[in-house]
Amino acid sequence: MLDAAKDDKTPVTVLTGYLGAGKTTLLNRILSEPHGKKYAVIVNEFGEIGIDNDLVVGADEEVFEMNNGCICCTVRGDLIRILEGLMRRKGQFDAIIVETTGLADPAPVAQTFFIDEEVGRKARLDAVVTVADAKWLTERLKDAPEAKNQIAFADVILLNKTDLVSEHDLEEVEARIRGLNPYARVIRTQKCDVALDAVLDKGAFDLDRILAIEPAFLEADDHHHHHGHDHGHHHHGHDHGHEHHEHGPDCGCGHDHHHDHGHDHHAHEKPGFEHKDHGHGEHSHGGLKTYHDETMQSVALEIPGDVDPNKFMPWVNELAQTDGANFLRWKGILAFKDEPRRFVFQGVHMILDGDLQREWKTDERRRSKMVFIGKELDEAKLRKGFEACAA
Amino acid sequence: MSLPHDAGYPSLTERLTPIEAGAYVISASFIGTAAVFALADGAVLFVTEEGELRVPAHQGSVNVAATGKNVLVTGGDDGKVLRFTGNDTPEPLGAAKGWIDALAIGADGAVAWSSGKTVFARDGKGEVKTFEAPSSARGLAFAPKGYQLAVSRYNGVSLWFPRVTGAPKELTWKGSHIDAMFSPDGRFVVTTMQENALHGWIVATGGHMRMSGYPGKVRSTAWTADGKWLATAGADAAILWPFQAKDGPMGKAPKELGIRPARVSRVAAHPKAGVVALGYEDGAALIVRISDGAEILARNPGDGGAVTALGWDGRGDRLAFGTEDGAAGVVALPEE
Repeated sequence: MLDAAKDDKTPVTVLTGYLGAGKTTLLNRILSEPHGKKYAVIVNEFGEIGIDNDLVVGADEEVFEMNNGCICCTVRGDLIRILEGLMRRKGQFDAIIVETTGLADPAPVAQTFFIDEEVGRKARLDAVVTVADAKWLTERLKDAPEAKNQIAFADVILLNKTDLVSEHDLEEVEARIRGLNPYARVIRTQKCDVALDAVLDKGAFDLDRILAIEPAFLEADDHHHHHGHDHGHHHHGHDHGHEHHEHGPDCGCGHDHHHDHGHDHHAHEKPGFEHKDHGHGEHSHGGLKTYHDETMQSVALEIPGDVDPNKFMPWVNELAQTDGANFLRWKGILAFKDEPRRFVFQGVHMILDGDLQREWKTDERRRSKMVFIGKELDEAKLRKGFEACAA
Repeated sequence: MSLPHDAGYPSLTERLTPIEAGAYVISASFIGTAAVFALADGAVLFVTEEGELRVPAHQGSVNVAATGKNVLVTGGDDGKVLRFTGNDTPEPLGAAKGWIDALAIGADGAVAWSSGKTVFARDGKGEVKTFEAPSSARGLAFAPKGYQLAVSRYNGVSLWFPRVTGAPKELTWKGSHIDAMFSPDGRFVVTTMQENALHGWIVATGGHMRMSGYPGKVRSTAWTADGKWLATAGADAAILWPFQAKDGPMGKAPKELGIRPARVSRVAAHPKAGVVALGYEDGAALIVRISDGAEILARNPGDGGAVTALGWDGRGDRLAFGTEDGAAGVVALPEE
């Protein structure tokens, strides 16, 4: 499972973005550049026409629940059917691009690759790329929950039409984006003029390419920020009520969901934990302004050492059950006690995928980190649960 | 009759004529003496003792195919539906705006197809009726008697009478239903599901039957010639559900045939005898007798990937198969 058949799988890039943000412009750029690659494009039935490509398939965006009691185990039925059909044509294309409607939730598209065995065997989700309109995103984040989902879910965000707004406004909208999703790479563009390798073949969903889970704006290659560590905490300062969804024991997400609690609940601060509580509103990370959102946040947790897998695995599976509906994306890189290899996992709502990856390097500090992007995240509870897993 | 042995099985592998189909094989069947393969590159390949003939059929790809006695119907990316009754030019039956997603062949020349939510039924005289399903149609099946079509889709099956105005009869069960089929006696409707299970209804009462326990999705099913068994793929053996009783397989254990360390990908029932042919994901094919589980090797595992198509000729003398990487062939049974 590590990577045996990975190279045989066709990469799939999902393009999201609110209406008019410029998805079709990006799509046509991808298709017209002289990269020598052939793409199959799956467009939504309400999509703008004028896509110049040999293989364009119309999809009807039929989202359905899996019949397992998981209300967030939703998949795109049409996508399963279309991908099945496309996968029979070897050599006709190198990669697939799925364009979604402006109102679409990216989760069912992503979950399709984890839930459907046949799709998962032949195709791999490469990255979710969201095109955002620099002029209107701030407004859409206020009135359109879909727009917020698309930003929070993204691996790469093209902040497009930057020529229509001032530098000050750009910084403001970037601060909003960081408040929702500090882990996405934000690229400013005009007419989606982006180097294609910044959006294609990212491997954002490949477990063995999840090397670090630092906020993207701390990346060393970023154009205007220094590198930093251990201050990736983003949360809001009050607790929200949690919705708990009930699931039958046979929740058939294809993953085990254990019901036994493996962790104890008393809070005890461990030395070495860093928690910087921030209030609501504006503050800065590494000199960058960040606006926190009322309902959608990210939380980063770290244990400066090992966790006990016998505590962690039951906790994380239970968490998927109780809180997965609120987690859009979550990831972790963990040092398991007595395990020389790093355990890497990622989740989309209740669906988890995890594996032991490469060994910890000798000059690498063994530590365990988790990040969550979601709505109404209860940081205190998440932290307590995670800390209880410390070895 | 004694057969040579291969890989521990009595074997017909020496009687296999390999065919290079060259593209993913959607269906394998026979029209007259010709073995016929519908291919994902849009062509239909006819193979006889005289040679091979490739008929370009669809722009893009053959998406779906339905086979009957001496007839092949194909639906393509190009939205066209074609009927082959020989290796000459196929008869265009109809068209739709998008990909053809599902097909069914009925009695007296009737054919049905669907694209998205729109379902088309064409009777033997060429009259076409349409029906808008509540969600995208994934599977179609004609009832053995009467002009009635089962349309599987999200949350159940619509039983549509194309000649009758009025709402179709709805069989509901939560979940995504993929392929649909009637039992040969018309008493049961069964679907394969997105989950690793089948669902069935007793048509007269609406009673439910749930057939689960598969490790994978069930993407191939076949009723035995006597209608007593429904053979299914999706496990490391063919799972045969007993349908002799009034309430179908409920409360009865299914039969497991052809257990191997690979998943069964295709099943095809012999047209006369109590025998099923099984194709596996490792490319192997077995012929298995239902009564005692006796197995004969028809194809060794190997090149070409999973078996994706399997079909008998009208008399049950020859078995055609095809794989995902474009290997194909015909196995001739010994004359007894």
